[in-house]
Amino acid sequence: MKILVCISKVPDTTSKINFTDNDTKFDENGVQYIVNPYDEWYALVRALELIESNGGTVTTITIGSSKDDPTIRKALAIGANDAVRIDAEPTDSFFVSKQIAEYAKNENYDIIMTGKETIDYNGAQVGAMISELVDMPFVSLATKLDVEGTKATLERDVQAGVEVVEVELPIVLSAAKGMAEQRIPNMRGIMAARSKPLKVVPPFEQKELTTVVKFELPNPKTGCKYIDPENMDELVELLHNESKVI
Amino acid sequence: MSKDQYQAHDYFLMDEMLTDEHKLIRDSARAWVKKEVSPIIEDYYERAEFPNQILDGLASIGGFGPYIPEEYGGAGLDQISYGLIMQELERCDSGLRSTSSVQSSLVMYPIWKFGNETQKKKYLPKLASGEMIGCFGLTEPDFGSNPGGMITNFTEDGDHLILNGAKMWISNAPFADIAVVWAKDPNNRIKGVIVERGMEGFETPEMHGKHSLRASSTGELIFNNVRVPKENILPNKDGLGAPLSCLDSARYGIAWGAIGAAMDCYDSALRYSKERIQFGKPIASFQLIQKKLAEMITEISKAQLLTFRLGQLKNEDRATSAQISMAKRNNVDMALKVAREARQIHGAMGIMNEYSVMRHMANLESVITYEGTHDIHLLITGLDITGIQAFN
Ligand SMILES: Cc1cc2nc3c(=O)[nH]c(=O)nc-3n(C[C@H](O)[C@H](O)[C@H](O)COP(=O)(O)OP(=O)(O)OC[C@H]3O[C@@H](n4cnc5c(N)ncnc54)[C@H](O)[C@@H]3O)c2cc1C
Repeated sequence: MKILVCISKVPDTTSKINFTDNDTKFDENGVQYIVNPYDEWYALVRALELIESNGGTVTTITIGSSKDDPTIRKALAIGANDAVRIDAEPTDSFFVSKQIAEYAKNENYDIIMTGKETIDYNGAQVGAMISELVDMPFVSLATKLDVEGTKATLERDVQAGVEVVEVELPIVLSAAKGMAEQRIPNMRGIMAARSKPLKVVPPFEQKELTTVVKFELPNPKTGCKYIDPENMDELVELLHNESKVI
Repeated sequence: MSKDQYQAHDYFLMDEMLTDEHKLIRDSARAWVKKEVSPIIEDYYERAEFPNQILDGLASIGGFGPYIPEEYGGAGLDQISYGLIMQELERCDSGLRSTSSVQSSLVMYPIWKFGNETQKKKYLPKLASGEMIGCFGLTEPDFGSNPGGMITNFTEDGDHLILNGAKMWISNAPFADIAVVWAKDPNNRIKGVIVERGMEGFETPEMHGKHSLRASSTGELIFNNVRVPKENILPNKDGLGAPLSCLDSARYGIAWGAIGAAMDCYDSALRYSKERIQFGKPIASFQLIQKKLAEMITEISKAQLLTFRLGQLKNEDRATSAQISMAKRNNVDMALKVAREARQIHGAMGIMNEYSVMRHMANLESVITYEGTHDIHLLITGLDITGIQAFN
């Protein structure tokens, strides 16, 4: 079985968020990056479990510069066999999906996995776009994945229940919480990662289809306001005019 | 203990001086500690037990001899990696770090440096994987700061040694499979001997009643005419310098470890001071609290710089014993002061096991005494700069 796992870096959840270039770019200054948890904990680990029981290889793919190499090495330390980095700034989701699809086209992957979304931009689009570009079925937000022969069985959380999906390989899927459990790289893995291949590939031609006009920070958190139970008018007035929820 | 919310602090952007691999090793150790040890440490501390079930995990993150070459089961890493692992372990608990530093620096190190090929092949891979646990017997009831006066000794009988004496305060002793024991030969020369559990006349009773380092197991080693094969003598170095060079390696790890304990206390105090409201404001808004916090992060940052430089020197095999003494002494004292201040910032909550500060504080009272007391390290610096020894 050949599995491709899409890996991207995201700012550590404790990073201070600022913007530059007239609020159109994320300010990377002083930001520590981690592997996107949905890519790492769920997609990558489940992919590794599958090849551990069925045989095969797991390749990771990342669109980015050499600044992404530490996150790629981590994925290799966790157990991926090899890695590909498309040497380009990941701009919009279509650009990223196109790069992955172009690379994957000739590689005959049985499964292409993404995380359900990245925890920074929350786009959740790449998996679906890849599937269209490579012409493979797509299952989104999968919480469970089993493979038998050429048939995959997946579970998805739906309103008040679980949907069970069967699909013939090859497929593209996005992994949600529950698909696997976090694996912490161990020393053997870290040492092995030193010599695993990381192939750097030039980008495929593709214009950006969208541009970011502006980022805004959410309003700073304000403290709780207490309103006297006798004073319902004030509560309604505040809900209407200040928090604008009614 | 409540959930481990630890966040590391890097005021002088020291991370930029580390390699990507250093950071991966450190972050993996940190993640493992948070997941596997933080949730149980208070319980084991209270029960005064070492959590044996974590030994495999500790081995897998490189807690046992990470700098030992790969051919002997180690990871062949540099000294900064070793230091970073010690920092992360002691961030959780000094007892956890003690188990790891004893195994790495006091058991694996002497076998690697002073052992023959057969000994290295026989013991190191099992020690690296945690399948075998070791301890280091130097201190005796009547010889602590002055180990050269030790009484433990052996005579020879054909292919065997007959070992007699007793060691005290020995970390890991109660459950160790082997002990690296320092004893005098018939010519009064100190030699290292590997004693295995099960040898007749060898006992390892546990010491009870510690108020400090409770999650680490401490015991005695009693040798009553123990017959040890001669092939268990470490052949390649003898004299007091042999155990002292092991202590150099362990003290180096402690210098890093103490920073971990201090960072945990500072981190907890910083968070608590922003959450705790008194006189209508977070206590972090009072100058006296800010002074404590500002001094803590200043001292931590100074220790980080000193220790990183020591790591570079150690990597180049240029770190002197005196430099290591200075770093151990400075950092443990710093951590103890940070722990005490952090405890005060937590007010009454600071004495509870919901926070780690009091446990760190109590642990550090052992760390400031073992591996050379605070004052003995001062005398080592004194000797180094004046050329005059003031020990006796
Ligand atoms: C929890 C724990 C674990 C330990 N684990 C190990 C282990 O695994 N293996 C091992 O071999 N040992 C171990 N030790 C022992 C430790 O190394 C000794 O306790 C330490 O060396 C100090 O010896 P002592 O306790 O006999 O104190 P002493 O040497 O009696 O010192 C008492 C006091 O006198 C001071 N003093 C002594 N000599 C002088 C001097 N010349 N000038 C000025 N002041 C002086 C000391 O600084 C100290 O303040 C452990 C100790 C503890 C507490």
